[in-house]
Amino acid sequence: MDAPLSVLAPLVQVEGLRHVYRQGEGNVLVLDGVDLTLGDNEIVGLLGRSGCGKSTLLRIIAGLMPPTAGIVAIDGEPVRGPASQVAMVFQTFALFPWLTVLDNAEIGLEAQGMPAAERHKRALAAIDLIGLDGYESAYPKELSGGMRQRVGFARALVVHPKVLLMDEPFSALDVLTAETLRTDLLDLWCEGRMPIRSILMVTHNIEEAVLMCDRILVFSSSPGRIAAEIKVDLPQPRNRLDPVFRQLVDDIYRRMTERQAGRPAREGVFPGTGIAMVLPRVSPNVLAGLAEAVAAEPYNGRADLPPLAAELQMEIDDLFPVLETLQLLRFAEVAEGDVRLTEAGMRFARADLDEGKRLFAQHLIAYVPLAAHIKRVLDERASHRAPATRFRDELEDSMPEEQAENTLRALISWARYAEVFAYDEDAGVFSLENPS
Amino acid sequence: MDIRSVTAAVRTWPLSLGQKGALPNFYDLVLFAFIAAAFTALAHGAREMEAPLASLDLAPVTLDPVKLPEYALRTTLRMFAAILASLAFTFVVASLAAKSRKAELVIIPALDILQSVPVLGFLTFTVVFFMGLFPGSQLGAECAAIFAVFTAQAWNMAFSFYQSLRTIPRDLDEVSRHFRLSPWLRFWRLEVPFAAPGLIWNTMMSMSGGWFFVVASEAITVGATSVKLPGIGSWLAVAIDRKDIAAVAMAVAAMAVVILAYDQLLFRPIVAWADKFRFEQTAAQQRPRSWVYDLVRRTRLLRRLLTPISRAVSGLARLRLPAFGDGRARAVPGWLGKASDIVWILLVLAAAGYSAWIAVEYLRTTLGPDDVAGAVGLGLLTLARVVVLIVIASLIWVPIGVWIGLRPWAAELVQPVAQFLAAFPANVLFPIAVVAIVAFRLNPDIWLSPLMVLGTQWYILFNVVAGASAFPTDLREVSSLYRLRSWQWWRRVMLPGIFPYYVTGALTASGGSWNASIVAEMASWGDTKLEAAGLGAFIARATEAGDYPRVVLGIVVMAVFVVLVNRLLWRRLYTIAERRTRLD
Repeated sequence: MDAPLSVLAPLVQVEGLRHVYRQGEGNVLVLDGVDLTLGDNEIVGLLGRSGCGKSTLLRIIAGLMPPTAGIVAIDGEPVRGPASQVAMVFQTFALFPWLTVLDNAEIGLEAQGMPAAERHKRALAAIDLIGLDGYESAYPKELSGGMRQRVGFARALVVHPKVLLMDEPFSALDVLTAETLRTDLLDLWCEGRMPIRSILMVTHNIEEAVLMCDRILVFSSSPGRIAAEIKVDLPQPRNRLDPVFRQLVDDIYRRMTERQAGRPAREGVFPGTGIAMVLPRVSPNVLAGLAEAVAAEPYNGRADLPPLAAELQMEIDDLFPVLETLQLLRFAEVAEGDVRLTEAGMRFARADLDEGKRLFAQHLIAYVPLAAHIKRVLDERASHRAPATRFRDELEDSMPEEQAENTLRALISWARYAEVFAYDEDAGVFSLENPS
Repeated sequence: MDIRSVTAAVRTWPLSLGQKGALPNFYDLVLFAFIAAAFTALAHGAREMEAPLASLDLAPVTLDPVKLPEYALRTTLRMFAAILASLAFTFVVASLAAKSRKAELVIIPALDILQSVPVLGFLTFTVVFFMGLFPGSQLGAECAAIFAVFTAQAWNMAFSFYQSLRTIPRDLDEVSRHFRLSPWLRFWRLEVPFAAPGLIWNTMMSMSGGWFFVVASEAITVGATSVKLPGIGSWLAVAIDRKDIAAVAMAVAAMAVVILAYDQLLFRPIVAWADKFRFEQTAAQQRPRSWVYDLVRRTRLLRRLLTPISRAVSGLARLRLPAFGDGRARAVPGWLGKASDIVWILLVLAAAGYSAWIAVEYLRTTLGPDDVAGAVGLGLLTLARVVVLIVIASLIWVPIGVWIGLRPWAAELVQPVAQFLAAFPANVLFPIAVVAIVAFRLNPDIWLSPLMVLGTQWYILFNVVAGASAFPTDLREVSSLYRLRSWQWWRRVMLPGIFPYYVTGALTASGGSWNASIVAEMASWGDTKLEAAGLGAFIARATEAGDYPRVVLGIVVMAVFVVLVNRLLWRRLYTIAERRTRLD
């Protein structure tokens, strides 16, 4: 018996985790060299932007997908297949719409083959705990988003997991509902009323992480690595307006906008180099809108990110791709938790529509290699036309299909806005002519 | 729903045992009458099915009106037997296709082809096969008739179930794996409920199509074998032989009653009940309603009696069966999976090649290239008929359907009627048309043709009505604000708006017309035989003569025509509809 070992073992242990996502020809390294431990009685947050692999990590810990390499153990037992010691709460709630609240909460116990009477008792207790009393026979579609997520919590707690895994559980809720649910959950946690030992949560909301977690692991993107570990020593309940709280939030913004060592300053914003750079699908109108917001009072061309994010009601998932696209186009510099518009960026923000488009076109051709490449091909051809499949194939040599499609879509939308070349959706053909 | 009604539901529904009196209420009485009648009828019909074949000669189908209700019952039972068989087929085959890539490689193309094969052509072989299986018993002929209906129903149901299984939302899939639902529990808790709305809709469409085939397959002559199973189809055949127009009218009336009853007593309650399986997370504005379903919900005793049944079903779902097929999740090295796929495809191709060779050898002994060319020529004739008829039906029903669909009161009136007409087996009406053609000495080559779309044109109508009803009000307001001229309104607004619906309707109508041609191109009234030149008549004549090679040839040629039309025309229109004119 190795009982002493498993007593000493941390609740969750991840070592040297690496995950490669295979799609078509291309392979993407999603997670690389991830080590983490989760001890008893703590809430740990995985913070990062979409696509940094944090949700994948959660699913690997839950045993929903096998890692390419590395070790995952819960309570000293290696994870092979869906793990029984953990329970997950989903971003989309993931309730069965044809089952009542009670039946939904019972599903995990039903799968264990527990007798009906005991199942009811435990499910009713969890429903009671999470504040769903009186809703037992309602169907999910009759409930508001907040109530639905409470069912998600009840369903997870009913199986008495050692670890509660939460995958952005509040991000599909409106601000007010999310805050209520967070507070209720923290109250239950602090009073020790939940039958769990620890919580591991994924979030892209910096304030949420600082509000709830004892430790925050900040992820960098492509591939996902743990870039920093931040301890939050503030006592619960925490106050968002507390200067120490604000300072922590500011710090995390700073860390997340730090340039990663070993990468060229400007090429490094998006994965891939040259025409193989993966571009985010950001609307040109949002780019112009953000530039205008930063150029205007009270920022006058230089903005601290936390207040800017709060004012525009954008979380880092929405905000960072826009900032980085502005940076790619040399309209802005992002560093130290600040965004500063360049001289060209100020002109872009203040220009009228036509002038703005002209400027955008110049920078698009100058700084986005794929745009320059397509333009060059169209210029060289006598017909000034080229099929999109040609460029799609080129992209797929270095990235998976889905990313290639997204990159091309992003470029098409920017090129249309800039009027540098046209794209005929029906024929799938790029051309230089603009419809008259 | 407000809090009060939610809590009221809590008090009365799942935890209600012992709280309210067990005395039956008024609704119980009404429903018990229905149920008792249904069971009596079922028992009677089932006993009759087992009767020896000779009893058919002793008690041949007569045109005695007293017998008509029993005939109607027998026909209905055949329908239900077929639908149950189709459901079983669907659950097994579609699950297999969704869970095993190797099965998928074979099953999905097979379903696609089988959907296009003229069902009535099968009858020749199946009658002989099933009669051999149960020699001397009516059961053989019964099975053949039921199988004919089954082949008309099963494929699209299986397709629908397969598609649902493949589109199960990722998060629900993860939840089921995360909470370690056994494949069996997952089937009942996730897969069947998620597929239910689509499957029920397809089952209804299948039932509608099925009435046509059950009528056509009850009275069948294959070479020397001639069977008339007691049923509305045989009644009709006898009536045609005896030139009894009154009996034909009675068959029409009986059929109408049966279809109305099945719609009201069975399908509407099921659709109303299945509303809870719709996947949308929001409550619907307009929920499907059914008076029978409301009745059941109001009963006290009956609901209590149903509780054990639902418990039993839940218990069934909870049974701990040894795992069956959960192949997708298992990780297999990529090269191994690919290699075994290639081996599998080669095996399938070899088997297919061998079968094709056998078929060609069989046909070659009696048929030459001339016969093939002749069949293709006749196929072109039938194709021309189908095209012309669908165009004419579209020109008539699209404007009418749009007019109706834009007026909610009219749509509410017309929609059930159109669906009823689509379900009504048009072959019951054929004799009336044939009498007219004989009386006015019309050219059968032209005037038999409309019979092909008689039953199928309604699919165009009710789909267009549905499309026009669903057309967004704001787009209509925009077009009237900008005062679009009438042609512009059709071209820019309405036709694109209803296009996906129209394609669905026209596709169903055209498929049905091919099948109907086998019955419609050759019709008789007493000794008068009318025949139109076409592939349908070719197959019908070969069936009657027991000329198997020609039947096979006819079926193959027709299947090829249908598959080509589907691939070259309908599938393209579908893609366009999907990409360009979706309004959601």
